[in-house]
Amino acid sequence: MGRATSDAEAGSDPGAGSGADAGTGGTAGAGGAGVGAHAPPPAPAPPGDAAGLGRPRALAFVTPALVLILVFLVFPALWTIYLGVTDYRLTGIAAVEPRVVGLDNYGRAVGDERFHTSLWLTLQFVLGSAVIGQAGLGFAIAWVTRGRGRTLRGLVEGLVMLAWILPGSVVAFLWIALLDRDGGTLNALLDTPGAAWLLDHPMLSVIVFNVWRGTAFSMMLYSAALQSVPPSHLETARLAGASTWQQLRDVVFPHIRGHALTNLLLISLWTFNDFTPFLLTAGGPEGRSEVLAVYILNVAVRGGELGYGAAISFLILLINLIVALFYLRMLRERRTAAPAEPVAGGGR
Amino acid sequence: MSAPPPGTPGRAGPRRTDGGNGHAGADGNGRAGGAGRTDGGAGLGRTDGGAGLGRTDGGAGRAAARRLAGRAASALFIAVVLAFFAFPLLWLASAPFDAHPTITASLPEFTLANFRELLDNPYALTSLRNSVYLAFWTMLLVVGTGALASYALSRVRVPGRDAILYALLLLSSIVTGTAAMVPIFLLAFELNLVDTHLGVVLVLAGGLLPAAIFILKDFMDNTPTSYEESARVFGATPLQILRHIVIPTVRPGLATIAVWTVATVWSSFLPPFLLLRDPELSPAAVVMYTFYTEGGQPNLPLISTFSLLYSLPVVVMYVFVSRRYGFRFHGGIKR
Amino acid sequence: MSPLRRPAAALALLTALTLPLAACARGGGGGGDGKEITLTIASNAISGGKNAEEADWVQKWVIPRFVAAQKAKGVTAKVVFQASGVEDEQYKTKQALDLKSRSGADVIAMDGIWVGEFAQAGYLKPLGEVGGPEVDKWDGWQQIPEAVQGLGEFEGKRYGIPMGTDGRVLFFNRKLFAQAGLPADWQPRSWRDILDAGAKLKAIKGVTPIQWNAGTAMGEATSMQGFLPLLAGAGAEVYAGGKWTGASQAVIDVLDFYAKIYRGGLGDPRLQQEAKGRDKSFQEFAEGKIGILAEGDYFWRGVVEPKEGVAPMPDREQTVGYALIPAREPGKGVRGQDFVSMSGGSVRVLNPSSKHPGQAWELLSFMHSAEATKAEIGDVPRVSARMDVNAQLLAGDPMLRFISEKVLPITSYRPPLAVYPQVSTAIQEATASVVSGATPAQAAAAYQRKLEGVVGGPGNIGR
Repeated sequence: MGRATSDAEAGSDPGAGSGADAGTGGTAGAGGAGVGAHAPPPAPAPPGDAAGLGRPRALAFVTPALVLILVFLVFPALWTIYLGVTDYRLTGIAAVEPRVVGLDNYGRAVGDERFHTSLWLTLQFVLGSAVIGQAGLGFAIAWVTRGRGRTLRGLVEGLVMLAWILPGSVVAFLWIALLDRDGGTLNALLDTPGAAWLLDHPMLSVIVFNVWRGTAFSMMLYSAALQSVPPSHLETARLAGASTWQQLRDVVFPHIRGHALTNLLLISLWTFNDFTPFLLTAGGPEGRSEVLAVYILNVAVRGGELGYGAAISFLILLINLIVALFYLRMLRERRTAAPAEPVAGGGR
Repeated sequence: MSAPPPGTPGRAGPRRTDGGNGHAGADGNGRAGGAGRTDGGAGLGRTDGGAGLGRTDGGAGRAAARRLAGRAASALFIAVVLAFFAFPLLWLASAPFDAHPTITASLPEFTLANFRELLDNPYALTSLRNSVYLAFWTMLLVVGTGALASYALSRVRVPGRDAILYALLLLSSIVTGTAAMVPIFLLAFELNLVDTHLGVVLVLAGGLLPAAIFILKDFMDNTPTSYEESARVFGATPLQILRHIVIPTVRPGLATIAVWTVATVWSSFLPPFLLLRDPELSPAAVVMYTFYTEGGQPNLPLISTFSLLYSLPVVVMYVFVSRRYGFRFHGGIKR
Repeated sequence: MSPLRRPAAALALLTALTLPLAACARGGGGGGDGKEITLTIASNAISGGKNAEEADWVQKWVIPRFVAAQKAKGVTAKVVFQASGVEDEQYKTKQALDLKSRSGADVIAMDGIWVGEFAQAGYLKPLGEVGGPEVDKWDGWQQIPEAVQGLGEFEGKRYGIPMGTDGRVLFFNRKLFAQAGLPADWQPRSWRDILDAGAKLKAIKGVTPIQWNAGTAMGEATSMQGFLPLLAGAGAEVYAGGKWTGASQAVIDVLDFYAKIYRGGLGDPRLQQEAKGRDKSFQEFAEGKIGILAEGDYFWRGVVEPKEGVAPMPDREQTVGYALIPAREPGKGVRGQDFVSMSGGSVRVLNPSSKHPGQAWELLSFMHSAEATKAEIGDVPRVSARMDVNAQLLAGDPMLRFISEKVLPITSYRPPLAVYPQVSTAIQEATASVVSGATPAQAAAAYQRKLEGVVGGPGNIGR
């Protein structure tokens, strides 16, 4: 029975991959089909409707969420996108009679040097703090602590979670207390009095800060995802003498590929829209840490230009779409590049 | 790290030359010891203990050495992680107990007066109750409707479902931004939801659902369908299948979403601030902002003390959920 | 995708689903025929938090007395206080949304500078139009100086009653001044005098001679406490005669003064860049590490106040000195003045959508009666809008009397226009670039370019 189950699971893996193939619609199935790190998968269970849900019932299952999303998400979001082609403001004359200005807001953003700088900083921010920092550290913590005792695990996870759930305003106090150039704890520890981390290395500071702040989500997701890796597979790989790296590559990764992609998509999107760095550096000095979300705050919201702010929000959305396509490509290339090499002694 | 020398004994040796990267320290040492090469320590002298063990015991020792080195490395890693995450929290540990907290962490002039002052605040404790209320209902709504939807989406083919799902996810990033506050408010106003907890719950849930479905669908996709098929053969209804087979299997995923929702709602400021009027209804994240002066200067004693009280419930909840639901391996279904 | 085509239908469905619940959750509404009324007061004040004194006063003093007075007239009044405690910008957003949707409190407290943009948006109407003929007959107007009344006016019409006002001065540390050989009753006559004092203070180790707010991180504090008083001292205003001030000689002079402070080693340029720089400047002043600080009287009342301040100084009375901000040179200030200042202040307005505008005005005018104002000020003195109250209550606080008698007559106000926040941002950026190395002329030119984009072309910019 055990063996049969594992096989069934191996067969369902490609499904996991394709499930995460968001944004590409039709090609997703093709990309995922038949690819897996395991030996040729047995014919998968008939695709889809295993529980005999049927379309009507499936629709009934989807409806509550769909209604909520349509009313409280899609409707205001489309409205906001519409505001992006107007010169709308919350107060003043433009509040009464907003004019449709077409793509002027977009033209203005694309022509604004500050926007370019900001975009470049945001890419650094996302790559450094989310893709490398949060996802990497989050996975590492989930992996290393997975077999540990409850107390240690609770301690590590509790601390990581604490960083995540504290409100931004409080977190800003914590990090200023840490990085302050006069009385900062870090300077006391490193014996570097007067080192102005936030002013001399603003991007590095906010990147490290955001790793601290947001690793919890990746850790939590990977912790849960790692449970979909059957311990028996790991055990056999280990007995066969596979190194940790090999175990990760050949046993773990195929199981969590979909989660990894989801995680990257989500944390990138959130990091793009995160303006907590503002609380640490106010975007400065001289805009050297003005990521896009802070740019919106500084340029549009503080100045009351909601139309312009909406336009930039939409630009961020488009950039995220590109980033998502890039992730999908990267993951697919990776699948085709890595030959389906049997796990070192994979127990078969 | 050094590439494995050709002809190194040991069938566990990486098959690809880049394979050793992530693990070169422990792996390389074990091998060096096992081979008994005289220069074993030279290039890799970091974990002498491991090398020594390997020399005495041959093959078995090699594995033991590797385990030991691995344990040492992971212990070191955990220590570094603990330090990294604990260090910035020092201020939170000192300031609430300090009679005159400043923006830097220092040894406190110990006092509990800040807590007393906080308890005198008319909104502090109510706001925590409101936060619990908002977080609980939003979580229930998101997990409930999200699980149903993601299950259906996972099992029934809808053309372009992934594209639609990702489009919704992208839209959710717009409505969580500041630019969307006018549409959100006017919508809630038209629906007569201003100054109600229900309005906040619905707006928050709408914003969180796409990501929740996105994550849950991965978990649903990952569960084997064979059990559902057999259950169906025995006449179980789809709801029964969902309840007795799917839910227990994706429990870690549900726990993740639950914790994520609660934590997000707990720290969300803009929707409750925009939609609520009566301060008696405000959640803690909003009340936190009241501890500033007219000139915008923070009242550090109250802010630090309230932060401490504010963060504890969520940490406790996380530890509880992770022990109760998240990290117990469910035998039977998967092995 | 098809449901997207029918948002209205979805909306209607959801309304039907949620309405009963919403109705339950909502508090009892207003309504009534004038004999039974509910009035709401909104302010960015909350018990136990921001502006707690005001919140307590509304709840414990105003409401019971107003309700009793109405009862005597046979009206059953219920007055609700809608407390907030957030950043001013956020409070502004919330009030704007409420007014936009024609809901919201009957009496609303707001920063005087918002009146113009709210009026332009149609959110506010002149007081007389809302409250009726009683408004102009109110005897309180005579007690409020013309200049202060200006806080609640826009295009010559009254929109609100000012709650109080403030003024900017130079604070200095007398202990440090004594060490540097400077007088305890220091009063500079020109910018040169300030720089000279700074040069002497520089000799004391570990002391920043001058803190003059600059940069974007300080936000509006840079404009209000830093740039604008200097601009007034250089004889100009940021908005005058329907035009904004561009890269004029006055602006260059102001930026040059910044350059002399921050590039001449008299100030701490890094502090201007820090996100919590202003909080830190307060703390450093309280610790005796800053010699001269340009700030509003809030600094005296709320920061170094010995008991309740955020950076309390037990010896405030002895240690903290204050002086008027001089013009660049005597007689070169705006309107030919020797000394200058900037002021702001909050006002209370009536909601044009109030269901009981007449009674709302009764409540508003009651809140601004002499008796009520005295009760509002309570133990911690501040400059109220009313001269009669100031004469009584400020007697015990020489600093605030100084503001009321010496500063208010020479002060200036910001233009209450929607575009001002963006102009202010341009100002902050200009000072930031000087602090970090641009020449005053470069910074002024960049300011001019930015300004043209903000105010709609060079045609709206004067020289």
